[in-house]
Amino acid sequence: MTVAALPLLRRTRVAASVIPGFGPTLGFTLSYLSLIVLLPLAALLLKAAGTTFAQWGTLLSDPRVLASLRLSFGGAFVAALINAVFGLLVAWVLVRYPFPGRKLVDAIVDLPFALPTAVAGIALTALYAPNGWLGKLLTPLGIKVAFTPLGVVVAMVFIGLPFVVRTVEPVLQDVDMELEEAAASLGADRLQTFFLVILPAIGPSLLTGFSLALARAVGEYGSVIFIAGNLPGVSEIAPLLIVTKLEQYDYVGATALAAVMLAISFVLLLAVNLLQKWRRARMGG
Amino acid sequence: MGGAATRDPVIVRWLLTLLALGFLGLFLVLPLAAVVVEAFAKGLDAYLRALGNDVALASIRLTLIVAAIAVPLNIAFGLAASWAIAKFDFRGKSLLVSLIELPFSVSPVISGLIYVLLFGLQGLLGPWLADHDIRIIFAVPGIVLATIFVTFPFVARELIPLMEEQGRDEEEAALTLGAGGLRTFWLVTLPNVRWGLLYGVLLCNARAMGEFGAVSVVSGHIRGLTNTMPLHVEILYNEYDFVGAFAVASLLALLAVVTLAAKTALEWWHRDELVATGH
Repeated sequence: MTVAALPLLRRTRVAASVIPGFGPTLGFTLSYLSLIVLLPLAALLLKAAGTTFAQWGTLLSDPRVLASLRLSFGGAFVAALINAVFGLLVAWVLVRYPFPGRKLVDAIVDLPFALPTAVAGIALTALYAPNGWLGKLLTPLGIKVAFTPLGVVVAMVFIGLPFVVRTVEPVLQDVDMELEEAAASLGADRLQTFFLVILPAIGPSLLTGFSLALARAVGEYGSVIFIAGNLPGVSEIAPLLIVTKLEQYDYVGATALAAVMLAISFVLLLAVNLLQKWRRARMGG
Repeated sequence: MGGAATRDPVIVRWLLTLLALGFLGLFLVLPLAAVVVEAFAKGLDAYLRALGNDVALASIRLTLIVAAIAVPLNIAFGLAASWAIAKFDFRGKSLLVSLIELPFSVSPVISGLIYVLLFGLQGLLGPWLADHDIRIIFAVPGIVLATIFVTFPFVARELIPLMEEQGRDEEEAALTLGAGGLRTFWLVTLPNVRWGLLYGVLLCNARAMGEFGAVSVVSGHIRGLTNTMPLHVEILYNEYDFVGAFAVASLLALLAVVTLAAKTALEWWHRDELVATGH
């Protein structure tokens, strides 16, 4: 990949700069990138490319595999939707309503980025287990969270929340209040102003946050496996099935499933990017 | 904050604020509180015993060693990459930037898997490594590699936009006045990006010490040898040693809180010297 890219990376403005070090720094960058990221990923694709049709058929008709993919992508989708709503709410409150302790709350939003996933996983499990603080309240209501697909979604909400808040917050800060005043003076009430003026302005950033949260949740492992219960076909996520296949020395199955996950994630991100481009082109901004 | 027309009724403001705070309390603060309460559920003695034994100490040592190798390497990479990308024009630059961010969109489990496929016994280089008695998978080198992969973009993604924003004028002035390339880097560039660098290092280090999925795949879970702190947490938890699991987890939670505090302090005092921040 890098070898093919080398002619592309040739400097285009050699004479204009007196700054030294282009060769060594770019050389180190490309070597390190190739060794750590590109070659190992290429090894995965190479291995996946060696999978026979029969092996693909077995993998993609295995109900356990399909269920795990459905849970990983479906759960991530639901969690990203929840995060889109509550992330927008949190961003809105943080930007628009000054309250004491606002800066502290703003800092806490990043906790899921900093807290190791395994710690989040066992903490959420302790909370939602039938004898946990929240599980005790929910069990009498007939709601089971821990060791069910619902628990998977809860962990994915935890891990994805900051992506939405952090992408929407700066855009919301830049929304021109005069537009809102204009809408109000033309007779729009606050809800109309929100849905017709504010939401279109922050829409693209909300979509970006949604897709980042989705992408993160799809591949998430550490925070999910403790609370999920990992019942095959019911609450087993795709990354865990990869690990299970590896532990059973089913390298072909693990690699193929990983390749499928990468492909679906890639298509999803591409679709969101195209959607964004199309929106920007249509709105002329 | 705008005129009366853009101000929401007090009752709406209160309700929305309470709803947002309730959500954050439920999803963020409560788990953190649970870690502390569970860790001390059987008192201080049990907590200290859980941390003071050889296996726990070995996991702490390994986590520190892995971070001490992975973080400096990614700092060197981040500095080199941002210098090449921000100070020079070349074709394929945006492709290079996207490739640097690639590890963020790969599942942690797959990040570990790729090294197993390369260096594992059945991997591409496996037979050669076995002949030469070199162990990477189920050993410390594999853990370091997987950690470098998942923390790969942190420093670079902080420095590249920052250096691009600062331009090349100061470096060009220093060089024209006769300073050498390295001297210019140490005395001009590095001081300009120091807070951004620290910011990236903080996040890189937190992830390096806390990584679970990628490390879990390559570790082999050998107690006292290839178990990092997060892996040790998992083992204790699965053995129903909850005090032990949450005691080790409390150290990792403390690391997270300290990281957040330092990161927030940087954002408050040096906001102008950082670029738009994110994760």
